[in-house]
Amino acid sequence: MAESEVLLDFRGINTYYGDLHALKDVSYTIQKGEIIALLGGNACGKSTTMKTIMGVVKPATGTLTFDGENILGLTPAQRVMRGIAPVLEARRLFPRMTVYENLEMGAYTRKKGPEYDQDLERVYSLFPRVKERRNQISGTLSGGEQQMVAIGRALMARPRLLCMDEPSMGLSPLYVEMVFDIIKEINKQGTTIFMVEQNASMALSIAHRGYVLQTGVVVLQGDARELEANPLIREAYLGEMKVDADA
Amino acid sequence: MTSGDLFLQQLINGLNLGAMYSLLALGFTLVYGIMELINFSHFNVFMVGCFIALGVLKLLGMDGQSVILHGLPLIGVLLLTFLITMVSSGMIGVGIERLLLRPLRAVTGPAAMILTIGVSYILFNVILIGIGGDTRNFANPLPSVSWNIGGAVLRMRDLLIWGITIVLMLGLTYFVNYTRLGKGMRATAQDPEAARMMGVEVDSVVGLSFFIGSALAGASGLIFGLYYNYAKVDMGFAAGLRAFTAAVLGGIGNVPGAMLGGVLIGLIEAGSSQLIGQLWADVVIFSILVIVLVFRPAGLLGRQAPNKS
Repeated sequence: MAESEVLLDFRGINTYYGDLHALKDVSYTIQKGEIIALLGGNACGKSTTMKTIMGVVKPATGTLTFDGENILGLTPAQRVMRGIAPVLEARRLFPRMTVYENLEMGAYTRKKGPEYDQDLERVYSLFPRVKERRNQISGTLSGGEQQMVAIGRALMARPRLLCMDEPSMGLSPLYVEMVFDIIKEINKQGTTIFMVEQNASMALSIAHRGYVLQTGVVVLQGDARELEANPLIREAYLGEMKVDADA
Repeated sequence: MTSGDLFLQQLINGLNLGAMYSLLALGFTLVYGIMELINFSHFNVFMVGCFIALGVLKLLGMDGQSVILHGLPLIGVLLLTFLITMVSSGMIGVGIERLLLRPLRAVTGPAAMILTIGVSYILFNVILIGIGGDTRNFANPLPSVSWNIGGAVLRMRDLLIWGITIVLMLGLTYFVNYTRLGKGMRATAQDPEAARMMGVEVDSVVGLSFFIGSALAGASGLIFGLYYNYAKVDMGFAAGLRAFTAAVLGGIGNVPGAMLGGVLIGLIEAGSSQLIGQLWADVVIFSILVIVLVFRPAGLLGRQAPNKS
C-alpha cells in the first residue's frame, strides 16, 4: 500500500430481497492496492455484497462510489468498463463455451487489440494450464482448472478491483493453496482485491484487512493480523473447518 | 413412377418443407434459449411475413404467375423481397418484445407466454380485418425450369429454397459462434446473471434474438409463398405448430437442433403423406415427437441434464 487512496466506498448500504433484510447498514472501505477479506457464514450477506458491487442487485439505501464516482446508477456493463470484474461463486463459467471463449467473455466490454493480446498473454503466463486447455469446452474441466479460467476471465477485463466470491470453494487443498498464491501475485501486479471467503485462515493469511459479516451486519473489522488473533474469530471461523453445502 | 422415384420425389418435397420449418423453428429456439419463453406470437409473425412478402412482390409489379423473370432481374427481385420481408418481420418481433414483453420481464410465471398468445391473436385479426380471410394468390416470378431425375421432378424453385435456407443457416451459425454479439447471446443463454456481470447488455441480446428469430420467420413465410403459391390468414397455425414441434424434437434452445428437427419434420410429413396418406401426416409427426421425448426428454441434440455448476 504505497498510497492510501479509497478505491471503493460501500457506505450505509441496505439491501432487501422482498421482506428479507439482507444487508443492514453495511459499510466497507477499500483502499487502492489492498487485499480485503470478507468473512462470514452461510447466508450472511456476502454474496449480496458482491452482487451489489457488480450491479445485479440494487440496494434500497446507501451510497457506492468507485474511484470517487457514484456508480449506483450504472449498469453492470458500465461497472465492468470502469474496472470492476467479478470471479463468481462456484466459478460460473459458460459451460458450453470453450476456455478461450470464456476468456473472451471477460473482455466483452473491450475492443480487441494490443491491450487485449497483452492481457491474454498475462493470463496464459499466470495459468499455463489454461493455455493448454484453451480449445476445450469449459464444462469438461476439473474444478481447479475451472477456477483458473474464472480468474483468468476476470483478468481479461483488465480490472482495477477484482471481486472474488468464494475463490477456494470446492477445491482440493492443493488448488486452494495455488489459488491464494495467484491472488497474492495478482495483487502484487497492482490489482486491488475484495474477496469473500469461508476459508478464514487462508483468506486472512494473505489479506491486509478484513470484515466479518453476520446476518447482514458487520460485526468486526480491522487489520488482518489482529483479526487472526481475535478470540471470537478463532472460535467462530478458525476453530473448525466449516463444510459449506450452499451452492 | 417407381417406388425409387416416389422416394426421391418425397425427399425433394420433404426438404422444401424442412427448409421452411427449420427457419421457423430457429425463432422459437433462439428466444427460448435466451429467455426460456415459448413465443406463440411467432406463429403469426410468420404469417404476417408471408403477407409482407406478397405486398413487396406486388409493389415490384409481380402478381400471380403473370410475370416471369430471368437472370439478374430475378435475382434482384428475390434479394430485395427477402431483405424487406426479413427486416420488417424482424422489426415486428423487436416491437413485440420492446413494447409488450419488456414490461413483463420481471414477472415470473407464465404471464409472458400467455401474452404472446394474445399477441398472436392480435396479429391474426389485424390481417383478417385489414386484408381479409380468403386465400390470396402468391406472386411467383420464378421460371418453371425443372429437371427429371428418373420419374422425379426437381424444380429450380426447390434448389432456390434450399440455397437460400442454407445461406441463412450458415449466416446464423457464423453469427452465433464467431461474432461478439453472438457470443454474448450464447453466454446469456448459458448463464444470464454471469453474462450480465461480464458486461453483456441483456436488453440488446433479447432484442437481437427476437429480431433474428422473426426475420427468419419472415424468410420462412416467403418460402411458404414461393412453395405453395398462396397466403392465407390461418396459415400460421399448422406451420407454426410443426416448427415448434421441430424445435422441441431437436432440443429447444439448441440452434443446430432446430435445423435438424425442422428437416426431419419436413421429411416425416412428406414421407407419411406418401406412404399412409395426407390426413395421417400429423398423427405420424406427433407420434414421433412423443416417442422421441419419452426416450430423450431434452430432444435429439439437447443436453440431457442441465449443467449449471
